[in-house]
Amino acid sequence: MFSRRERRFSAVDKSTGPAVFLRQSFAIVDVELRKVGRDPTEIFSRAIQPILWLVIFGQVFERIHGIPTGPLSYTAFLAPGILAQSILFSAIFFGIAVIWERDLGIVHKLLVSPASRTALVFGKAVAAGVRGIGQAVLIYALVFIMRIELRFEVGALAGVLAAVMAGSAIFATFSLFVACVVKTRERFLGVGQLLTMPLFFASNAIYPLAIMPVWLRVVSRLNPLTYLVDVLRGLMIQGGQSVHGIGTDFGVLGLVFVVLLATTAKIYPSIIQ
Amino acid sequence: MSPSIDPIIPAVKTLKLTRYYGSLAAVDQLDLTILPGQIFGLLGPNGAGKSTTIKMLTTLLAPSSGSAMVAGFDVAADPVNVRRRIGYVPQLLSADGALTARENMTLSGRLYGMPHREHKNRIPEALRFMGLGAHADQLVRTFSGGMIRRLEIAQALLHRPAVLFLDEPTIGLDPMARRAVWERLKDLRREGGVTVLMSTHDMEEADELCDALALLHEGRMAVSGKPADLKAAVGPEATLEDVFAHFCGGTLREGSDFGNVQQTRKTVQRRG
Repeated sequence: MFSRRERRFSAVDKSTGPAVFLRQSFAIVDVELRKVGRDPTEIFSRAIQPILWLVIFGQVFERIHGIPTGPLSYTAFLAPGILAQSILFSAIFFGIAVIWERDLGIVHKLLVSPASRTALVFGKAVAAGVRGIGQAVLIYALVFIMRIELRFEVGALAGVLAAVMAGSAIFATFSLFVACVVKTRERFLGVGQLLTMPLFFASNAIYPLAIMPVWLRVVSRLNPLTYLVDVLRGLMIQGGQSVHGIGTDFGVLGLVFVVLLATTAKIYPSIIQ
Repeated sequence: MSPSIDPIIPAVKTLKLTRYYGSLAAVDQLDLTILPGQIFGLLGPNGAGKSTTIKMLTTLLAPSSGSAMVAGFDVAADPVNVRRRIGYVPQLLSADGALTARENMTLSGRLYGMPHREHKNRIPEALRFMGLGAHADQLVRTFSGGMIRRLEIAQALLHRPAVLFLDEPTIGLDPMARRAVWERLKDLRREGGVTVLMSTHDMEEADELCDALALLHEGRMAVSGKPADLKAAVGPEATLEDVFAHFCGGTLREGSDFGNVQQTRKTVQRRG
């Protein structure tokens, strides 16, 4: 199987650095996307809940005129919130796949390789980001059909793309972190259910920060989902406005991702114990 | 140890290697020396500490005390250099069923930093060597248990490791598949260059494949040596089962492996 010369030299590249890190991350992204490509039903099934929120909840609340949304209609105000919600709800269960991979021994093999743990987690996060883009496309199509006026300038679209990837990466990495802590599928499902609703309601996804009681406003300012909704509200809809400013939103999202990535990479190997 | 006295650097050397789970010593003061090019077997019943030993040597689990060197590097102090030089096949059938054989191999090639051209060329060669040449682009979930195991060995050998770790490589496989895996491991020994450390509870497997053995019992090494020497020490007609009974006072089948077999079979079924 090996030539005499080959036997003397291991085939492993001993170099390190950003290029190696990206190559290792890309290896993970590539396999994750191949798997989604072979079975895209999850992306479509995840689109059902946002349809209910926008079409039923959105239209009923638009008639009530109970939530002050400035110049925007309520459905236009809600659309970025529902995109963010759909990203949160699908990314937050990402960790269960990793528990499954642990049970099959796949994680053991990844951890025995010399690949950087951070690169392995980063690859998973980027793959979740790309999956988020699939969901964004479906929600854009739905919003377009509902005749809510979208922004199609290149800059706005690029910003939405970056925010969708960042949001998916953040919640998928958080999910991976939770999986490494709780370790079993049953506990994970319980914790996942427990986290999603508070994260959703303690955010500006379905109502503006301005009408929240003070304590909820404080909590929602600590919630990364708020910044994701805010940047999407500023870039996705004609006339939509960001409260915190796009720069601040991306700054917070970037910082949260870096902290989560570093923490999760640290505890990722413990998932097998 | 001076190089002039003993120029052979062991492929694996452990010194009082110990791992506790709570107050239970799963591996207790284990001293092992495995010479390059050997197929070395850790033989023992379930709960003897075989998998825990392999997990420590492959850097998956930190030792509680003691030390271990693999391919010349300390597993605790320099785990990345150990990982670069080893291949690992876990007990479970762990190739990704949602990917093809080639995609599983490509993932390994990339994670081990092999240049694109090199892994592209070597993947078909490694698959052919394991008798899977015709199945490179088939989804692994359509493979039999034996095919998955051979794919995993191909995957673990792709980056030309110095030491290959196999944790119960034939558990749950039917006799034909088991023999096919044995034949490939024998081919590998004939070619040389790779040291194999395998765990097994199967005496026939240990007898057929291993150049040297360590019998583990309740986390401790009961005895080690060449299979023939171990048998000869017990009696003229002795089997490895007799050796085990002699040194450990029990049988290898105690602490039935049924649970493991069942788990592996379930994995095979899940993959179709």
